[in-house]
Amino acid sequence: MARNKEALVLLLDVGPSMHHLLPEVEKICSMIVQKKLVYSKYDEVGVVLFGTEETENELTMEVGGYEHVVVLQNIKVVDGDLVETLKQIPRGTVPGDFLDAIVVGMDMLIKKYSSTNKGKKRLCLMTNGLSPIKDPYEGSKEDQVNAIAEQMTSHGMKLECVVVRESVVRGENVSVMEENDRILNLFPQKSCAKTIFVESSTSLLGALKTRNISPVTIFRGDLEISPKLKIKVWVYKKTSEEKFPTLKKYSDKAPSTDKFASHEVKVDYEYKSVEDANKVVPPEQRIKGYRYGPQVVPISADEWDAVKFKPEKSVKLLGFTDSSNIMRHHYMKDVNIFIADPGDQNAIVAVSALARAMKEMHKVAILRCVWRQGQGNVVVGVLTPNVSDNDHVPDSFYFNILPFAEDVREFQFPSFSNLPASLLPDEEQQEAADNFVKMLDLTPSDRKEMLQPDFTPNPVLERFYNYLELKSKHPDAAVPPLDKTLKRITEPDPELLAQKKSAIDSLLRHFEVKEKPKLKKSTRRMREKPSGSDDEDNYRRISSKTEVELIENGGKVEKIGDLTPVQDFEAMMSRRDNPEWVNRAITEMKNKIHDLIEDSYEGDNYAKALDLLVALRKGCILEQEPKQFNDFLHQLCKFCLQNDLRSFCNFLATKGITLISKTEAADSDVTEEEARSFLVKSEPKPE
Amino acid sequence: MELDPDDVFRDDEDDPDNEALRERASSKELVVYLVDASPKMFSTKCPSEDQKDESHFQIATSCILESLKTQIINRSYDEVAVCFFNTREKKNLQDLNNVFVFNVADREFLDRPTAKFIKEFSRLEEFFMKDIGSQYGIVSGSRENSLYNALWVAQALLRKGSAKTADKRILIFTDEDDPFGNIKGGAKADMTRTTLQRAKDAQDLGISIELLPLSQLDREFNISLFYADLIGLQGENLAQFMPAAGERMEDMKYQLRKRMFKKRIVRKLTFSVANGVSIEVHTYAFIRPTVLGSITWLDSVTNQPIKIERSFICADTGALMQEPPKRFQTYKNQDVKFSVEELSEIKRVSTGQLRLLGFKPLSCLKDYHNLRPSTFIFPSDEEVIGSTRIFIALHRSMIRLKRFAVAFYGTSSHSQLVALVAQEEIIDSGGQVEPPGMHLIYLPYSDDIRHAEELHSTTNASVPRANEDQIKKAAALIKRIDLKDFSVYQFANPETLCGFAGPCS
Repeated sequence: MARNKEALVLLLDVGPSMHHLLPEVEKICSMIVQKKLVYSKYDEVGVVLFGTEETENELTMEVGGYEHVVVLQNIKVVDGDLVETLKQIPRGTVPGDFLDAIVVGMDMLIKKYSSTNKGKKRLCLMTNGLSPIKDPYEGSKEDQVNAIAEQMTSHGMKLECVVVRESVVRGENVSVMEENDRILNLFPQKSCAKTIFVESSTSLLGALKTRNISPVTIFRGDLEISPKLKIKVWVYKKTSEEKFPTLKKYSDKAPSTDKFASHEVKVDYEYKSVEDANKVVPPEQRIKGYRYGPQVVPISADEWDAVKFKPEKSVKLLGFTDSSNIMRHHYMKDVNIFIADPGDQNAIVAVSALARAMKEMHKVAILRCVWRQGQGNVVVGVLTPNVSDNDHVPDSFYFNILPFAEDVREFQFPSFSNLPASLLPDEEQQEAADNFVKMLDLTPSDRKEMLQPDFTPNPVLERFYNYLELKSKHPDAAVPPLDKTLKRITEPDPELLAQKKSAIDSLLRHFEVKEKPKLKKSTRRMREKPSGSDDEDNYRRISSKTEVELIENGGKVEKIGDLTPVQDFEAMMSRRDNPEWVNRAITEMKNKIHDLIEDSYEGDNYAKALDLLVALRKGCILEQEPKQFNDFLHQLCKFCLQNDLRSFCNFLATKGITLISKTEAADSDVTEEEARSFLVKSEPKPE
Repeated sequence: MELDPDDVFRDDEDDPDNEALRERASSKELVVYLVDASPKMFSTKCPSEDQKDESHFQIATSCILESLKTQIINRSYDEVAVCFFNTREKKNLQDLNNVFVFNVADREFLDRPTAKFIKEFSRLEEFFMKDIGSQYGIVSGSRENSLYNALWVAQALLRKGSAKTADKRILIFTDEDDPFGNIKGGAKADMTRTTLQRAKDAQDLGISIELLPLSQLDREFNISLFYADLIGLQGENLAQFMPAAGERMEDMKYQLRKRMFKKRIVRKLTFSVANGVSIEVHTYAFIRPTVLGSITWLDSVTNQPIKIERSFICADTGALMQEPPKRFQTYKNQDVKFSVEELSEIKRVSTGQLRLLGFKPLSCLKDYHNLRPSTFIFPSDEEVIGSTRIFIALHRSMIRLKRFAVAFYGTSSHSQLVALVAQEEIIDSGGQVEPPGMHLIYLPYSDDIRHAEELHSTTNASVPRANEDQIKKAAALIKRIDLKDFSVYQFANPETLCGFAGPCS
């Protein structure tokens, strides 16, 4: 445990110019300690303030100087009190000297650990770097920085400087700031240090790693460019999602008097036969079944091992290609980083040469990787150059996994240019959108990039750890609303919106958005123009008619009316909510035809009746109800002959109406011959 | 190896309140492939790159075979039937002429594909002419209408299952754009009309009919002759319907395979653009890792499936208990308890929304800003009129100005900062390669980014760098090993192939 524990000294500028930033400093510092309480509770932390009225540190007593530096907390194992302390940092009254603070912090670490605990000692400075640094007693400020850096290096300490610059600095402060920035930037060149400049309180919250994760290589070996050319590389994770912590299940069964109760819950798994719930299958008797369609194929671990694809551990180059051949949205997972073996100078140069050449030529490399021996996982991915601009950091590559052919589903979408004009923006609208995209800029020229992932904290995790702290003191506290600083991540910045109001207003003026009233879901679709044939006009009438019907009775035709009987009939025939509609439509149609003929005076209704009969015939073929029609036609003719309406039968014969034959509808028992001769036959058979 | 497919495909997060998700849960697919087997389908050859010309019929069946093979691994609950029309023989429940439903033993006509089914289908060519035969089913003078029959058979097959719980589709593969072209006069109008009515009936029952047209070399498939009416394409949609290019067989197969996929909406989102103005967008999952078939545990003695029962035991008392409602975290030597509700409240930061925060130049999106597969978004005017117009305007501006949007995407259980990258449509000889829209890329937070490259930074001397000469040599090497037409479609996962070569053969 002790081997991994970290010692951290926070060096906090509390001078007057920092006061408005201290609430955010308090948040990030207490978050660091809170996370240590969860993930590394043996870590030790000390706190040094500078810019204070008072002076209180060992160096000032031992050698003098180092005024306005207060050791708020000596280095100790993290605890709840430390969180409290950091939530209420005393405000200072004088401009602070950060170099003094660094020396005090260094001194604390050296005294406590001497030269042990290498690489686990960290100084973290937070300042706005606007207060002047005193001139040293001897030599220049540069000499002083060099001396400090040397000490830090020999003791294996790291330094992180977070410099907050919210707005543009003007006036006499500029020269102070420039000098300070120069000094702060000297550290990374001389020692294991990092200087970060942030502009907003949100970025300040994200500027420091609140949790230390020891880096582990996922691969060490050769990057094989060709059988003869191999570069020794180490592969690490570059990104990896920090997940919401998995909490344990709580059991309240233990008596409250039991102080050593763990309150944990064990989960036991039992395997039972699906058919016989009482039959327990011992875990070793299980075998994996793989679904293959409806079948399940049992494959034992040994069998699986035998068929399993077992490639050799290797990282091989497949080739280089233009970076434009790789779609950014094809990146599949979190990202790895390839670094040359740190002990191999040739490898470092080789990676550097490749990376720089690839960058110049806009090329990327395609690799096939098997990270570990005996693992079936092969990935194909893209290697992109990461050329370093820091002299102390080597060039490296990022590696993103690409999908295999079967991982990609290709859907087709309409081209925007093919959409009707009503869905496309016109010139003025396009101009408003252009302006909007230009104005709502998160990278203004006079400021640093806003919401840069590297400096943006996870609002959900922040919220969780804050709530955890709150609950440890007030077990019944409700979930507090999202912190104001964190809202800058989840919602647009009101300040930015106010600044760019004209561009936003113009966008809103040019576009209209209307919510549609919720439509009732219906699978039924009215067709306006179902065929390209001569029926077109006919159908258009139907559709307008049905539209009226739609309004009148919810779109359902329930009766054959006098106005548009053919259309009503067709609508009823195509109703599918109940099979009865077909029968009802046929019956009603028959009655209609019957009535028409009966009421006919000197054949004035014949033409209309014929229309209906034709429609009925078609409907009966469509619905495969030939018998209904054939029987009806028989009946009808009989009726006509009996009632001196033979003229109608003759009329039908001239119009070529026949029975429905077998060829038209399979269920018919009438041959084509019979069908054709039916009316002809009935004619010469008068009374 | 024990991947939980639900986990991988749970595109983002499970949200029981979300309507879109419930719709997705119910989307089992029932598909009938209606393949035209007329002599024309066999006589039209399509030139291929490797000189092995294939007929339209071969192209259609090989696409179906491909699809079946993926389906049996990926979506094995979906059901499928293969039905040929314009055949010499007939085999269908209605005993209609010129329609032949292909099947194997121990399987219903419409059923999940089995290994045997796929195997038999893959050797279709060996027996097709002998057992099924090709013959025009629509000839003048006869009242037979094979297309009508085929639709009827397909519709009857799809009677299975409720339209609410299943997506029902009929996919027609044909190279005949005017099926009743050789019929004259009234008979033609009649046949056209009855066939259209048949199709409409099917559509009214919630079955979608899709057309996969095969163009001939010298003549493009003219959709407006007949099929536009059959599948219900009008006006604007008609213009969007692009027949498969008849140039190369590879292109044609590529087009067909694309069309065979059902576009499934992952969810419907509100995209808030500014000051209370929100538009509607739909998200789609283009890229998701294919998971080897799901695992079912079996009893190795009986090969019967087994079920897993969980029981909760109090570690302190050993008592059996119900799943406890509280969780805890040890913190400062005490157990801090949370209810499940409190935990989900913490995660609920901004629900069901995509909120635009601003724009940045594309150069700000680094190669290491990635965590998960991206999601595609496309606008919809279904519920919010005007959405498409704003979306397209922003899309065009972003492309013109080389910018991406930064947005916050919050759902009840997972929230993330995202980049929206506008993608311009890319079309090549094979049709659409990249659809127009935006890709939603999940950005890391500061705690998700590690700095391994700084681990070994030297404190005194600078690290070695390559000099100009060395860079030149590297450049020469890069030129030598250049993959000109690299695309991700060139690589299949050896693991998936290997695992399933066994049972399939």
